[in-house]
Amino acid sequence: MKTSVERQVVLPWNQVVRISFNSIKARFFRSLITTLTLTLAVAFVAFTWSSYDMLNAIWPHADKSLQDLIASSGYELTEKGFGSSPKDIWLAILSVLVCVVGIINAQLMAVTERFREIGTIKCLGALDSFVVRIFLLEAVYQGLLGGVSGSVLGVLVATLSLLWKFGFAVVYSWPFQQMLSTIGWASGLAVFLSLIGVIYPALVAAKMQPAVALRAEE
Amino acid sequence: MYRDETHNVVRLSEVTKVFRMGTNKVEALKGVDLTIKTGEYLSIMGPSGSGKSTLFNMIGALDKPTSGRVFIDEVDVAQLDAYELAWLRCRKIGYIFQTFNLIQVMTAIENVTLPMVFAGMNRDEYTEKGMDLLKIVGLAERYHHKPSELSGGQQQRVAIARSLANDPAIVLADEPTGNLDLTTGEEIIFLLKQLSKERGVTIISATHDVKMLNVSDRVVWIRDGRIDRIEDRDKLKISIGEVA
Repeated sequence: MKTSVERQVVLPWNQVVRISFNSIKARFFRSLITTLTLTLAVAFVAFTWSSYDMLNAIWPHADKSLQDLIASSGYELTEKGFGSSPKDIWLAILSVLVCVVGIINAQLMAVTERFREIGTIKCLGALDSFVVRIFLLEAVYQGLLGGVSGSVLGVLVATLSLLWKFGFAVVYSWPFQQMLSTIGWASGLAVFLSLIGVIYPALVAAKMQPAVALRAEE
Repeated sequence: MYRDETHNVVRLSEVTKVFRMGTNKVEALKGVDLTIKTGEYLSIMGPSGSGKSTLFNMIGALDKPTSGRVFIDEVDVAQLDAYELAWLRCRKIGYIFQTFNLIQVMTAIENVTLPMVFAGMNRDEYTEKGMDLLKIVGLAERYHHKPSELSGGQQQRVAIARSLANDPAIVLADEPTGNLDLTTGEEIIFLLKQLSKERGVTIISATHDVKMLNVSDRVVWIRDGRIDRIEDRDKLKISIGEVA
């Protein structure tokens, strides 16, 4: 019998991707709650941004009566267009801040729930880095799902509400490229926020002695 | 695997463990010396709170002792880095728990093959071996069931199959019958005994189940963080009267 101890192999990424994908698929409804926090926050940010984008697109083509209607609806026009007033920027920052707190809370709960599972897989030979990678990947999936669904929802609601207020002028000058880029960066923001939320609990969980993790209540 | 009577698979030397709970210090282990030979079926007996589970965690390299040394296959566990420790837990030791601790979102076969995935085996190899192991514990036809679709006894069988995944030298069982009824518990004990005979695996189980005594080669009685006495099987018959 060999008495020497070897070093554990680091699992390749494709294995980690497979395991984390199956894991998130199996607890789809649980992770939907975390994802929903992201969806709502990103939807709000995307709604605000795409509303301003659309107004900026309509404004040059709008006749006097439509311009009056927009101005009387409470939108502030500055030299740089709509949406660059300090009030607008504060609103966006605050919504992101609230979202970060919500995400950290949701991820903390989701990881704490799985302490025992983490203890078990560490007994079976999982490295700390594997545990961290699993949680980071799951956070990326949640971020993508929440980000895309949230930003599409935000853009959709913004379009419909402006359509309701200002009529078909919105459709004629709908800024397709800007909308696409809003969906793009808002999804990126969601992935980033999701990662920010998960990184601390994932590190704590990975560093635990297996015995401590196994003692956790289920 | 062969039996080598002189080989010490586990050796503990003056192991202590202190837990801090706020300002309180709880001494769970107060200096334990223990040597376990290859192929032995050893039971650690003692009332709850005696330090049994703490001792189990020390032997399994799941927690660090406050002082003293733990050797597994004559390797000092404290000297190992994270990678070596993970390798040791993956290849040398199989774990069985009172609460089964199967991964709830994985099927029986996925649970059994997980240690082999960590060991770096390829898919064909681990699937085949996983099915063989499930056959040994009599659950081959339920390979696709999730733990929630299996009874307690069946879950523990899956856990036993999982513990054997990488042909470990030691199987550590923490109260393996604690959550099972009498007959199912007996079946599990019988299965463990059979595996220890056939495969020459060292089985160490922490328990307060008296049924375990009949199959054990040695029994370590632990009380209040210390080893009270160690009994060989031939002398055991006499003392069972005391227990019951």
